[in-house]
Amino acid sequence: MFTLGSVLDNDFKSTIEDFSFETEFSTNQLMLPNIEKPFEFAQSIIGLEKDLQENENQLMFHQQKKEERKERALIKGYKGTTTLAFIYEKGTVVAVDSRATSGQYIASQSVQKVVPVNEYMLGTLAGGAADCQFFLAHLGRICNLYELRNNEKISVAAASKLLNNILYSYRNYGLSVGSMICGYDTRGPQLYYIDSDGSRLKNSLFSVGSGSPFAYGVLDAGYRWDLSKEEALDLGRRAICAATFKDSYSGGTVKVYHIDENGWVKISDDDASELWYRYEEKEKKKK
Amino acid sequence: METYLGEKQQASQWSPYINNGGSCLAVAGDDFAVIASDTRMSLGYSIKTRYSTKYLKITEKCSIVSSGMQADIFTLHKVLKSRAQIYEQKHGKPMSTDAVAKLVSRLLYYRRFFPYYTFNIVAGIDDEGVGCVFSYDAIGTLERVKYSASGSGSSLIEPVLDNQVALKNRNDIKKEDFKLTKEYAIDLVKDAITSAGERDIYTGDFVEISVIDINGTHEEKFELRFD
Repeated sequence: MFTLGSVLDNDFKSTIEDFSFETEFSTNQLMLPNIEKPFEFAQSIIGLEKDLQENENQLMFHQQKKEERKERALIKGYKGTTTLAFIYEKGTVVAVDSRATSGQYIASQSVQKVVPVNEYMLGTLAGGAADCQFFLAHLGRICNLYELRNNEKISVAAASKLLNNILYSYRNYGLSVGSMICGYDTRGPQLYYIDSDGSRLKNSLFSVGSGSPFAYGVLDAGYRWDLSKEEALDLGRRAICAATFKDSYSGGTVKVYHIDENGWVKISDDDASELWYRYEEKEKKKK
Repeated sequence: METYLGEKQQASQWSPYINNGGSCLAVAGDDFAVIASDTRMSLGYSIKTRYSTKYLKITEKCSIVSSGMQADIFTLHKVLKSRAQIYEQKHGKPMSTDAVAKLVSRLLYYRRFFPYYTFNIVAGIDDEGVGCVFSYDAIGTLERVKYSASGSGSSLIEPVLDNQVALKNRNDIKKEDFKLTKEYAIDLVKDAITSAGERDIYTGDFVEISVIDINGTHEEKFELRFD
């Protein structure tokens, strides 16, 4: 599978011994089953909930099969999630929840949905957990190699483009990645949204996940370019809190990060329900 | 091979996966980890065998338990064991638990498009001597936690661990007053998997429990209900 990433991978591979196991380390050599239509097989076996719903028309006669398939729940998903990021005058704010679900079961309440790509870039996870973790870790490696080869920090635009090209080459394989690449480089605070369908969008604010409509409500209402740092962090926190309140697929803890010219910093990590009660108290006091 | 997306009114498609049942769990303390799994292998309504091991000791400081399809468990453990051996011979020291955890994640993701039907838990002592548990889904999502349960009895065991280890939804004890001792953890793990055996048909027969601390691994086996 030729990808832009594979050009860099060839250099990487030459330093590894010729072990058949070692191919796991290159993303362009994920194992495909040796059958006629591998991508369709892959999608049919472990479709994430989105695929299950899309196939619902065809499933009309196979009600039992559908329930069996949902029961298996092979994949832990971050599809039910809320992540948001926005850029403002002084930097980038990233806020996420921490719930992971497989079907209707809460698989974990303490998931790390923000993955550091390097000291000044963060990636968020939404969609398929393993897909995001794997590709963002791979992106981190590519960015590190770039820095070592070119003796300069990679720009957020370039990093997001690299990831976008890799994901585009895996289009229709059934991957699910809805990641935001957030950082601060020579052009200032930057934010890109990368999708497993192959989209790459640049904007000043994004929210991804099942709780994103609720987060957008709070975020759009309070967003300005010239926010102060305190106001911006609070806005991100409130938006995620609102999403965890209304969306059953989001919850756990609310984590807030800030990125400026000195790199990224984790600001806070609060339990979502406790946070809600705190905001309620504040509202009561105001009255 | 007929694919599912192509046809609309066919008989049910053949699937390469079956679920052989079983439950696994692991709990980590400050300087130890306890890991346990039952040994029943079922297929539908029958028990295929009462002793089929789901546990593998990878190094003195790290072990893995898996539930799901026995064929994939066997293969994954085989591959993992040989990779651990290769690492030890290449680097002159055994794999650290963090490295094992990452390796398992990679091995699982390599098969992203034809996964191992296994739900794994890796437990052990990390480089600083602190107990750790790593839980996975079928394609290698990695998460470090304090406790985890997987398999058919997981939804019965996890709430117990939430309440007893993480002290969630408890009004009688505070987090500051509670210390997870090794004896408490071993008893808890034994009770939890026994209770799962009471209410889950796929859990039973024998339990292999293993305690990992700075002195190495201590393995034990006891009986559950045979019905």
